[in-house]
Amino acid sequence: MAKTTAHTVRDNDLSRRTSPAAPLADAFEAGSVAGVVELREEPFLTMVGLRVQRGTEVGERIAAVTGGLPEASGGVSGNEDSSVLWLGPTEFLVVAPMEAHETLGGTLIQSLRDALGDGAGQVVDLSANRTTFELTGSRARAVLEKGCSLDLHPRVLEAGTALSTEIGQIPVVLWKTGDESFRIFPRASFADFLGRWLLDAMREFASPEVP
Amino acid sequence: MLLISCPNCGSRDETEFHYGGQAHVPYPENPDELTDRQWAEFLFYRDNTKGSFAERWLHSTGCRQWFNMLRDTVTYDIQAIYPMGAPRPVPDAGEPADFGTASLAPDSTTTGTTGPSVASTDLGPAEPAATAPKGAMK
Repeated sequence: MAKTTAHTVRDNDLSRRTSPAAPLADAFEAGSVAGVVELREEPFLTMVGLRVQRGTEVGERIAAVTGGLPEASGGVSGNEDSSVLWLGPTEFLVVAPMEAHETLGGTLIQSLRDALGDGAGQVVDLSANRTTFELTGSRARAVLEKGCSLDLHPRVLEAGTALSTEIGQIPVVLWKTGDESFRIFPRASFADFLGRWLLDAMREFASPEVP
Repeated sequence: MLLISCPNCGSRDETEFHYGGQAHVPYPENPDELTDRQWAEFLFYRDNTKGSFAERWLHSTGCRQWFNMLRDTVTYDIQAIYPMGAPRPVPDAGEPADFGTASLAPDSTTTGTTGPSVASTDLGPAEPAATAPKGAMK
């Protein structure tokens, strides 16, 4: 019994959790083409929905916790602990590592609640709302361009930009985290469909290029 | 496919938006004084304009904000996009469509009562706001 108590809360929690795209984990690995386009799920990221007006007193308090609030569409701000994505003029999404969640001992959500206090706004734990796909590689953009009407060319979409849009007719938040890496946030119930859609879109890049 | 210029997000496909019906239909000041006929006309009766028509749109897949649009129902030409609560612009008056202002008017559907201050909040790694939002198609 002493051994049981030595288990952390995290061990107990994670053993019971299944991420929305977990059944596709093997398919993601098989469908990834090393160095060309790779897909994997980053499960259980901590996500917090913020509704607050930038520039107000309470907005400044929240911004002090998150490392700023982005100003306009596409903006991403943040610090080393978390990132804040612009979803609307008064709506933001905080994305942080799994360990930031309060069930795993993190303090992010509580510190946001404390910063909000009784001010006008909302701090809502949305960690289970969306899952995260990481699509990387030199052809990642080509895969997304099959189902996304945004201009994804780097001269328009710079790294460090996040936009709400549709990929394969699924509403997602698309975050370009690097020159050849994207994070895609579909809602949990769309994860299976979008995962299969992406795998299908990636298939051609496993074959040798036809000149 | 219409390309609709959201005041917050820039040009996006029509499929990202939802239609909200005719704009500028005021809620009756004293609804309980209306006759059934008047109430039904407020609820259900709308113009069926051939030509320039003011209507509401919601960018449901993007910023989730409402805005008004002046659209020609014959040619589908989008003549103006303006915030909720603003009066209907007159296209022939020479006033060009304002495509770059977020709908932050006090009586718009956004929650705030003032426009956002851009003065003192650190933007972090994000680029300073350009005229057109990033990802906007020209």
